[in-house]
Amino acid sequence: MNFIYDRLLGGKNGMIGIAILAALIFIVLPIGLDLFRLNMVGKYLTYAFAAVSLVLLWGYGGILSLGQGIFFGLGGYSMAMFLKLEASSPENTAIQSTPGIPDFMDWNQLTELPWFWQPFDNFGITLIAVILVPTVFAFIIGYSMFKRRVGGVYFAIITQIIAVILTVLIVGQQGYTGGINGITDLRTLHGWDIRTDSAKYILYFINAILLFAVIFLSRYILTSKFGRLLLAMKDKEDRVRFSGYDVSNFKIFVFVLSAVISSIGGAMFTLQVGFMSPSFVGIVPSIEMVIFAAVGGRMSLIGVVYGTLLVNYGKTVFSETLPEVWLFLMGGLFIAVVMFFPNGLAGLWEKHGNKLTACIKNRQCVIAVKAFIENKRAKKAPATSE
Amino acid sequence: MGDYTTQELLSIFAMQGFAGFSLFSVLLLMALGLAIIFGQMGVINMAHGEFMAVGAYTTYLMSAVSEKYFPGFIQYYFVFAIVFSFLIAGLLGYLAEFALIRHLYKRPLDTLLATWGLSLIMQQTFRSVFGAREVSPTLPDWLLGSYQPTDTIDIPLNGLFVLALTAIVTLGVFILMYRSSWGLRVRATTQNRVMSGAVGINTKKIDRLTFALGCGIAGIAGAAFTTIASTGPTTGSLYIVDTFMVVVFGGAGSLFGTIASAFSIAQAQSILEFFISGSMAKVMTLLTIVIFLMMRPEGLFSIKVRK
Amino acid sequence: MSISDYALAIEDLTVSFDGFKAVDGLNLYIEKDELRVIIGPNGAGKTTVLDLICGKTKSTDGSIMFMNKEMTKLAEHEIVHAGVGRKFQTPSIYENLTVYENLEVSYPKGRSVFGSIGFKCTQEVDARIKEIAKEVFLEEFLDMESALLSHGQKQWLEIAMLLIQDPQLLMLDEPVAGMSVKEREQTAELLKGICKGRSVLVIEHDMDFVASIADKVTVLHQGKILAEGDMKTVQNNPKVIEVYLGH
Repeated sequence: MNFIYDRLLGGKNGMIGIAILAALIFIVLPIGLDLFRLNMVGKYLTYAFAAVSLVLLWGYGGILSLGQGIFFGLGGYSMAMFLKLEASSPENTAIQSTPGIPDFMDWNQLTELPWFWQPFDNFGITLIAVILVPTVFAFIIGYSMFKRRVGGVYFAIITQIIAVILTVLIVGQQGYTGGINGITDLRTLHGWDIRTDSAKYILYFINAILLFAVIFLSRYILTSKFGRLLLAMKDKEDRVRFSGYDVSNFKIFVFVLSAVISSIGGAMFTLQVGFMSPSFVGIVPSIEMVIFAAVGGRMSLIGVVYGTLLVNYGKTVFSETLPEVWLFLMGGLFIAVVMFFPNGLAGLWEKHGNKLTACIKNRQCVIAVKAFIENKRAKKAPATSE
Repeated sequence: MGDYTTQELLSIFAMQGFAGFSLFSVLLLMALGLAIIFGQMGVINMAHGEFMAVGAYTTYLMSAVSEKYFPGFIQYYFVFAIVFSFLIAGLLGYLAEFALIRHLYKRPLDTLLATWGLSLIMQQTFRSVFGAREVSPTLPDWLLGSYQPTDTIDIPLNGLFVLALTAIVTLGVFILMYRSSWGLRVRATTQNRVMSGAVGINTKKIDRLTFALGCGIAGIAGAAFTTIASTGPTTGSLYIVDTFMVVVFGGAGSLFGTIASAFSIAQAQSILEFFISGSMAKVMTLLTIVIFLMMRPEGLFSIKVRK
Repeated sequence: MSISDYALAIEDLTVSFDGFKAVDGLNLYIEKDELRVIIGPNGAGKTTVLDLICGKTKSTDGSIMFMNKEMTKLAEHEIVHAGVGRKFQTPSIYENLTVYENLEVSYPKGRSVFGSIGFKCTQEVDARIKEIAKEVFLEEFLDMESALLSHGQKQWLEIAMLLIQDPQLLMLDEPVAGMSVKEREQTAELLKGICKGRSVLVIEHDMDFVASIADKVTVLHQGKILAEGDMKTVQNNPKVIEVYLGH
């Protein structure tokens, strides 16, 4: 019990934070929003997986990946391939010149399913792929870089280049990937129509539960000696190495873990949104995931969820009404977070939150506001009497 | 390749190779600026591409102004445009260093994010001022036309001009960084900031001017860029990853490495492009370099130091 | 004595950086339970010798035998596992962790990825941390963020982080640099205590401090040994006076 309380929930403060977030995601939002908006929140929450993964990797590990979109995409595409195959049954695609393969393959004169698509007609294998593909991918990248002690900005740039490669590849290989439009027109999962209202509700809750599971797992890992070692490495990598730790293994592990977490987010994205495209893989989405984490607070597993929701909400509102302003705001956000709020919302909360809660508890703010108003009145009164 | 005769193949190589030279010129000019900023100061400037766009837009503006008000000037404006591109991009770089970069010297990853933010703001500014449509300046007659050494080879003059410009700028950078007392001070500051300050070098001023110089050279790259393609708000961002790759691949801090790296990346991409699709050429080039960098993170050329 | 009787036997050790030999054919033998001090002018290769032993720098030639095991081909963490601990010149501690956490992180259990995730701070670990903290005069500061410690206390904390691993060879690079006179005296006492049951290799410039702790002194100059022996002999050696002590 103690273990759950301290390690998973993070003591009293951590538990309050979790409880508030859970209430928001499980109760307030589903009740307060219509399905369209709730589905949108669900989409944002899939990005929160990537943001949480960046807390582990960047916040604690000090390793900035500008390629989390790669893994988000790997998970998303894995899921999309499965759903696409189910949607492309020979009956559904009877009008194609080769029935039974996805429509975009047919348009690109492919006559049989490519080998790497074949495993994805099985849901179990697809779920394994959502975990295994990013694991292998991240392991190869992480192993070759961290064993050679490549880190810092080099790592950031190389992950960015890999994100570019993957996007160019997906866009260029239309016949195998659906190209720039991505994999669209996804319908059912084992016959269960994911486009219905009930399915959307269910998927929202599955997504939210998974997100909390990932947060708990991350907190468990970060509160262990492993978490402290990550912080220690960020500060004095050599000291950790000469204390008998193989630093690269720790980095590889945290990179792989962050990749898997992002990939789960990607898979849930596909399920809730109903398509997957290269625009969620490349440089821009990857760096946006970093800004979600930065705004929420790169050291706070809970904070980044708020950061993700807030930035995406802002993006949606502004791109509907004032698209020109959005890029200015986004740019300003990057600069402001880095220069003035390096710990993001969570940092602000830590600094001023206590005052606020104390204030609310003691009703001090009510008293203060009253005093302020009285004061104003008192000042005004003699002025009018003169 | 079997469908081509040897003669044709040679011509293809010559022409694609020359197209590669234009790409090489722009990449090298961009990379020179970035190499100075990254190699000397350790700052990752993600807005570097936008400073190039500043140069390109400056050239466009000057062309538009000359066309409208000084039609006789249209043959000569381009030379001035190069100078102005350098000055305006350099001035903006100077301001960016003052307002932003200097607060973040000890936090390279944060600089990366902040300059990304700067790049978004600059892109949107371009879009608001010049519109989302791509623009291109009216080039003077002497930049048009081509040179035909044989029947099958056709080399555009603007490419030759850009190549010459690149050579001059590269030489200038070399002299400035390695043969002038200013360059000595820059290099001293890079190697030991505290000590340089102690012996009387104004390290803050050096940083600001170095950053401005890097951005100014990106501005020249922008002017050169207008001769081979048109400019849009996101033009710069298309080149930033390639440019970083050139710098990292060449080995940070090595001028020769940067040149060699820009050359091989541009040539590989340009020649491959003829035989396979453009996107696959890009994938192959990038992938080769990533794998190379994984094997040899220090890049092509690097100096061994006693740590 | 044969080589196998020494705790550390370095033979013909050479490292060159682009032709410059920072350490040149060095032979150095350290016995079990010995406290050896290396002195020498700046650039003599003292720190490089420590770097070579702990694997931070790879040697060009020669061998380093520690407890009869060749070290030159091992990775840094494997050398630590073999029982070598090294303190850096400037105090290298984790400023963002508390003193307690610094020691916990250095505790030699849970050194693998999964081991560290499953690591539990048992009573045994807790007792050990407190014992070591007491030894280096930090028992009252366990919950303090280590960034707030004084310079001298940071040096001690780093020594404690090594002691908790109970190394067979402890290498200290200028352990009293930046310490007050009182702290120096305390450190001298500390070193005399900790060299029981292990070998200690110290680099130091402060000759009074060296005189107060050393069994045997090695003088390094231009990557080679200039003189070796007890403090008196070394201090009176004319070559040593010329290159190092003579001012």
